[in-house]
Amino acid sequence: MELIQGLVTGILFGILLQRAEVDRYDRQLGALRLLDMTIVKFMLTSILVAAVGVYLLKDLGLVKLAIKPMILGAVIPGGLLFGLGWGLTGYCPGTSAAALGEGRVDAIWAVLGMLVGAGLYAEAFPTLKTTLLAWGDLGKITLPGVLGVNHWVVIGVLVVGGVGLLRWIEKKGL
Amino acid sequence: MSDTPSKPWNPYVAGALTGLLMVASVWVSGKYFGASTTFVKATGMIESLAASERVQAMPYFLKETPKVDWQFMFLIGIALGSLAASLASRTFAVTPVARTWAERFGPSLKLRALAGFFGGILAMFGARLADGCPSGHGLSGSLQLAVSGYVALACFFLGGLVTARLIFGGRK
Repeated sequence: MELIQGLVTGILFGILLQRAEVDRYDRQLGALRLLDMTIVKFMLTSILVAAVGVYLLKDLGLVKLAIKPMILGAVIPGGLLFGLGWGLTGYCPGTSAAALGEGRVDAIWAVLGMLVGAGLYAEAFPTLKTTLLAWGDLGKITLPGVLGVNHWVVIGVLVVGGVGLLRWIEKKGL
Repeated sequence: MSDTPSKPWNPYVAGALTGLLMVASVWVSGKYFGASTTFVKATGMIESLAASERVQAMPYFLKETPKVDWQFMFLIGIALGSLAASLASRTFAVTPVARTWAERFGPSLKLRALAGFFGGILAMFGARLADGCPSGHGLSGSLQLAVSGYVALACFFLGGLVTARLIFGGRK
């Protein structure tokens, strides 16, 4: 059942990624070159909608959160390294699958590199576990937890700030 | 019916629908979107073909057992959904080198393959260290208001801006 749910969810997400063109190298680099904010519009809108929906369901006791820990030594260098590689390859793990689906065969190089990168990480994991992964572990913290406010306050600020940012992007014609 | 390719969907509409899809996924399946763990599992499966015992003893593959799970099928679904959508909208096109890459570096397959491959290695090593990619941290982390999600997302874009600047310079 879990496998079928994954497949169906993936098919729907793949349709959305392809029709919004956010799986294209040109769109991803367009955002990183500050020329085309299509992926920012797509991501930010999805985050705002899903934040409202998921926290609503959580308040009703229908879903659980799955927060990833904030480990300074891992998230910051890992995130920067991801970004450096992302700018070079032009696809992220999820969009590489969508890109391959619509015939963007250069995504195969990204996929092969990512498989090798995952293998190298598995080799390095025992060393990293006692070094970077052990540095600055702040635990599974959330913005409302850190700020000491209700989650709806944070969501409200995010929605207002997000809509403001998107309006500015539209005004700039990006 | 015509043979002209359909126009792309509005990114706000597609983004909002993606948001609803993420909510439905958490509600129905209890799953948040993510993609990079699947690359670990796939690599583990491939390595197992050559050295099964070694893989079974490696700590990272004990943590992320190499098997087909929800997220693995999710990624296969993404490729199939994109294939179906591109065929239906007549936008399927075999593209060996992305347009804006070719404008900058020419149509050489070799150069694009090298950059794509090494970029992919860096990106995945980084994603595993950070424990997520733009799906797992960027979408799923941010929507849950996780501090790690926003920090990772900022680092993803910061690193990406640096590389984009290095390879494209300031040209428009």
